[in-house]
Amino acid sequence: MKTEHYRILEKSKITDFLDKLNTISKIAAPVYKGFNNYAFQTIKSAEEVSLKYIPTVIPPKKYFLPTKDSLLEFTVGNELKVEPTVEYENLILFGVHTCDIAGIRCLNMVLSDKPKDTAYLIRKKHITIIGLECNDYCDEFASCAFVGAHLPTTGYDLMFTELEDYFIVHIHSTKGSDIIEKTGLFKPAQTIHMEELKVLREKKSAIFNNEIPTERRYLPDLFDRSFNASIWKELEQKCLSCGNCTAVCPTCYCFDIKENVDLSLQAGERYRVWFSCQLDPFAKVAGGIDFRRERSARQRHRFYRKFRYHIDRYGMVFCTGCGRCSRTCMAGIKLKEVLTSLIRESEAKIWRKWL
Amino acid sequence: MAKVVIKDSPYNLKKAKILDIKPLTEKEKLFKLVFEDKTWLDFEPGQFIMVSLMGIGEIPVSVCSSPLNRHYFEICVRAVGKVTNSLHKLNVGDIIGVRGPYGNGFPIKIIEGHDLLIIAGGLGLAPLRSLILYAIDNRRDFGEIHILFGCKTPGELLFEEEIEEWSKRLDIHFACTVDRADPDWKGNVGLITSLIPGVDLDPANTYAAVVGPPVMYKFVIKELLAKGLPVDQILLSFERHMKCGMGKCGRCQIQNLYCCKDGPVFTFKEIMDMAEAL
Repeated sequence: MKTEHYRILEKSKITDFLDKLNTISKIAAPVYKGFNNYAFQTIKSAEEVSLKYIPTVIPPKKYFLPTKDSLLEFTVGNELKVEPTVEYENLILFGVHTCDIAGIRCLNMVLSDKPKDTAYLIRKKHITIIGLECNDYCDEFASCAFVGAHLPTTGYDLMFTELEDYFIVHIHSTKGSDIIEKTGLFKPAQTIHMEELKVLREKKSAIFNNEIPTERRYLPDLFDRSFNASIWKELEQKCLSCGNCTAVCPTCYCFDIKENVDLSLQAGERYRVWFSCQLDPFAKVAGGIDFRRERSARQRHRFYRKFRYHIDRYGMVFCTGCGRCSRTCMAGIKLKEVLTSLIRESEAKIWRKWL
Repeated sequence: MAKVVIKDSPYNLKKAKILDIKPLTEKEKLFKLVFEDKTWLDFEPGQFIMVSLMGIGEIPVSVCSSPLNRHYFEICVRAVGKVTNSLHKLNVGDIIGVRGPYGNGFPIKIIEGHDLLIIAGGLGLAPLRSLILYAIDNRRDFGEIHILFGCKTPGELLFEEEIEEWSKRLDIHFACTVDRADPDWKGNVGLITSLIPGVDLDPANTYAAVVGPPVMYKFVIKELLAKGLPVDQILLSFERHMKCGMGKCGRCQIQNLYCCKDGPVFTFKEIMDMAEAL
C-alpha cells in the first residue's frame, strides 16, 4: 500500500464529485428502485445514487455483454453485404462492489480467450470502473469471503473505501488518476489515513468469515465426489426452470444467436441474446434428444459451471459470492445451502469409508 | 452510442458461391462450394463450418470433401429445420455465408501408420467421407481400411456412386447394411452393430472412427470393446447444438468440454466416464 496511490475525498463532497463526473462522461450507478431492489442505471444527478445498496437485481455485466448485442448487419438483394458491428459508448460505472468486479474479471477471462470476442473487448475498453468497497455484509445471501471477493484486488480504475467522514480512494490506473485530476476535489492521503484504512481492513477480516464450511481449494475434490449427490434430486422437485438464477448471475454469459429482418426483406441484423442452461431448449439437438432433460441435471450443470468446470479451464471459481441467485430464486434454492448439503453428504461418505 | 464496423470480428462471414447441387436422397443434398475471394478452406476431416443464410439463421455443418481438394469444398445437408430447408431451395450460383473451420477433427497424423475402421450411421457418413477421401488420397500411409455403413432403408443410402466405387476397390473392405430392406435390396439387413463381429481386425493397431445418430454410439462402442479395441483408439464425433463455434455460447458443453472447441471429435477415453456425453 503506497500512500501516493491513495487520495482522500471528504464525504460532503461526494455529490459534487458525482455531478462533476457526470459532465465528463455518462455515469451508471446503483439507484434505489423500491422493495429493497436496486439497479445500475445512467444517472442525471448525484441525488439518485444509493451509496449503500445490496447487489443490484441485474449485475453490471449488462454494460459489457448487453442482453441484446448486434453481431452483424447485412443486406441481401443484388449483392450480399455483411458487416460485423459493435455499439459502444464511453461510460463510467460508479459504485461497483468487489463481487461484481470479480464477475467482470470472469467475463474478461472467457471473452478474451481465443478466438477473442472483438465486440466485447472494444466495449470493455470504453468503460471505466469505479469501485466501492463493502465494509460489512449486504445481507445473509452473500458468500463473498468464501470466494475471496470481499476485498478489492484488481479490476478497477478507482476504488472508494468509506471511512469515518471521508472516502479513501485507491488509484489503480491512469484512467483513474485522470478522473482525480479532472474533478479536482481530492486531497493527498497521509499516514493517518493509511492507518485508518488498515484498521478497517482488520475489522473486516473479523466480520467477513468463510460462509461455507469448506475451503475454496477443496472445491474440485468436493465436486468430483458429488455428481450423483442426493441434493440434485431434491432440486429437481424445487426448481421451476425459470432461468432467473442465470440471468442475474454476474458470471453467466451463455447466449443464443438470432436474426431480425426489416420490412423490406432486404436488410437485417444478426444478434445475440442472453440464454440460460436452465431453460428447456438449451441442450436439445436435432431429432429432439435433450442431453440435460431433467431439471436436476440442469441445476447440477449450473453449479458445476460455477465451482468445477471453469477451475480446470480458466483456473478460476466462477462464483463471486454476490448471492443474487439465492435472492432471486422463486423456489427458494439457496447457493449456500446447496454447497453445505454437498459437503455434509460427501463428508458422510468419507466417514463411512473409514468406519 | 457509437457504432463501428469490426472486420476482424470472429462472427464475420466469407462469401461462398454454390458451384453445384446434387440431390443424394429425398432429404439430403450435396452442395459444392467455393469462396468468392478464391481462398482455400484449410480444414481437417471432422472439422465443421458455420453456414449462414442471412435473415434465416446459421448452422454448424461438417465439411464432407477431401481436405486436399483445393478447388472447392462440399457439405451434405439434410432438410430438417429452418436453415436446412431454405438451403435446399437455393440454386447454383447463389451466395451463402461461411465462417470456420472450427473444432478438432480426426487426428489424421496419428491414425496414419495404423489400420482404420470407419463406422458410419446415416448422415454420419458425411464427416467420415472427408476422412475416407483423405485416406484414399494417401492410401499408402494407412494400413487396412474397413468401412462399415448403415442406414434405415435403401432409399437413404448416401453417396451411392462413391459407395459402389469403394466396394469395388481391392484396398478397401466395404460393408453396408440397412435396418429395413425393400424388395430390390440384395445386401445385408440389420443394425450396423451386426457388421462389426465379422470384421477381421488387428485391434491394437486399429483406430475406429464412429459417427452416427446419438443412439448408435453406445451399441457400437460395446462391440468395439468386445473386439479388443483400446479406449483411446475409438474416435467419436458428437452432435450438439452450437451457436458460436468458439467455446463461448455454452450450448454444446459436455461437462467441462466444449463440443465445438475441444471436439467435435473425442476419443472414447476422454468421455467414457462422463454423464451427459453419450
